[in-house]
Amino acid sequence: MSEGAVELTRRGAAELAALVASGDVSAIEVASAHLDRIAEVDEEVHAFLHVDRDGALESARAVDSARAAGRQLGVLAGVPLALKDVMTMAGIPTTCGSRMLEGWRPAYDATVTRRLKAAGIVILGKTNMDEFAMGSSTEHSAYGPTHNPWDLDRIPGGSGGGSAAAIAAFEAPMAIGTDTGGSIRQPAAVTGTVGVKPTYGGVSRYGLVALASSLDQAGPCARSVLDAALLHSVIAGHDPMDSTSIDAPVPDVIAAARRADVRGMRVGVVRELTGEGYQPGVQQLFDEAVALLQDLGADVVEVSCPRFPYALAAYYLILPSEASSNLAKFDGMRYGLRVGDDGDASVEQVMSMTRASGFGDEVVRRIMLGTYALSAGYYDAFYGQAQKVRTLIARDFAGAFEQCDVLVSPTTPTTAFRLGEKLDDPLAMYLNDIATIPSNLAGTPAMSLPIGLAPEDGLPVGLQVMAPAMADDRLYNVGAALEAALLARWGSPLLNRAPTLGGVAA
Amino acid sequence: MPSITRDEVAHLAKLARLDLDVDTLAHHAAQLQVIVNSVATVAEVAADDVPPMSHPVSLVNVFRDDVVGPSLPRELALGSAPAVEDDRFRVPRILDQQ
Repeated sequence: MSEGAVELTRRGAAELAALVASGDVSAIEVASAHLDRIAEVDEEVHAFLHVDRDGALESARAVDSARAAGRQLGVLAGVPLALKDVMTMAGIPTTCGSRMLEGWRPAYDATVTRRLKAAGIVILGKTNMDEFAMGSSTEHSAYGPTHNPWDLDRIPGGSGGGSAAAIAAFEAPMAIGTDTGGSIRQPAAVTGTVGVKPTYGGVSRYGLVALASSLDQAGPCARSVLDAALLHSVIAGHDPMDSTSIDAPVPDVIAAARRADVRGMRVGVVRELTGEGYQPGVQQLFDEAVALLQDLGADVVEVSCPRFPYALAAYYLILPSEASSNLAKFDGMRYGLRVGDDGDASVEQVMSMTRASGFGDEVVRRIMLGTYALSAGYYDAFYGQAQKVRTLIARDFAGAFEQCDVLVSPTTPTTAFRLGEKLDDPLAMYLNDIATIPSNLAGTPAMSLPIGLAPEDGLPVGLQVMAPAMADDRLYNVGAALEAALLARWGSPLLNRAPTLGGVAA
Repeated sequence: MPSITRDEVAHLAKLARLDLDVDTLAHHAAQLQVIVNSVATVAEVAADDVPPMSHPVSLVNVFRDDVVGPSLPRELALGSAPAVEDDRFRVPRILDQQ
């Protein structure tokens, strides 16, 4: 790989877009540099389940032609992107990390995919994930785990570990993730990248293979707050194909990322999301970042959200209940895997064999849990009560946002743990999302951004910013301000300290 | 605290159309018990007068004009089917033998 190509993969999305727009570099060169990087390091990282080399080069060529013809280019035209394998893309394999959908090529584009293509964004391929987005480590992918670029023996987070690892390993400058309980933010935190879960309804779910319909939300992953804002602006906005899509203007996230000014803002530290259970280095870096926000002119207060400790329990009733219903459609009849159809077995037998064979351990576990929570005799005590707790979580947020403009917490209780460490202990795995789940239950937006490396293990730590519904712009304002101050302190981006991988010097 | 028996897990698996073997059922029975014990803490929150929340955005019906739009072409719809016969999805028999 040439020096110039190496340099291109180190650039952010906004920079690459400017280089392409000015003609200094062609979109083909940018795409090729990233495809080469994937070829070089993805055997180690395993961020991708499918690389669409021909398609990527073809879209890059189209951007170069459009530019040559003098046509107006989108803000991210010619910038490569990694797409989580839960989002459909016509003609391209979409597996959701499951054997159930091995070899399935969807007939249609998700709205997010369609918008990316229309913006001239170059989709490099589909990224690895926990099966049907159930997990916090990508270890539940049927195709093997993704490895954290900071330490290949550790998890990259999940479910969107492939998307986060792809950008942390400089295989792509930006990616699409989906976040049902933290699947964008937790991987961002443990890989030293930026990830945003927009307001529920802010980004269309059409073509997003549903896990839990009332919680799922797609969002941007990038290496900087501004790049995430640019991508957010491309994918967000009303879509008639999703009846839960919000019909209102998208918050001006780009202007907010450029403003980066927290003077006079009221920032609330959530008492229930700090302290006990948080790794010392995570807590230390979080406290330092909060002090930095104060130095930047923010008004920091402590707030209490007393029902947050019940969020995890409510989530693990609501999510499996919705998931067990959503995943009923994988019955082996119209698409996907079919097992045991010997001409004698009945449709019910074929369905049962197909589902037992096509679903992995965690998916089976959650389908059973959801079936249990919804069954007669348990519905009121479990699902019904969980829905009431959800109301209380939303009320906690409402109360906190009366006192504060944004809330902050560590994104995750710990840094990246070792592959295999929590694989057979579902409860320990679920605890990774303790700080991210409340925002999904309430439908409010939240961001994770890197705030340093934990002293005890040298691994990235993320800070979570939470805002009220449709105030996504506040995340970007606060995130960009903190990012700029930290960058000034570090001298160079945090990811420059990650191993280079593939034997290439940085 | 309700305890989850092997038989109950077998029943759940049947409801969920999962043909699991005995070992797998035992594995899930033990883990489900642990998880259910943990999530049962939602009952600790007194919430008799709290309305349930099913969705973060208050929803109203969404309508569109009743006009015909394009449908998925038949060849695409059938293109990813596990079995096709006479331009239709071929499925196993739907009735039991008896």
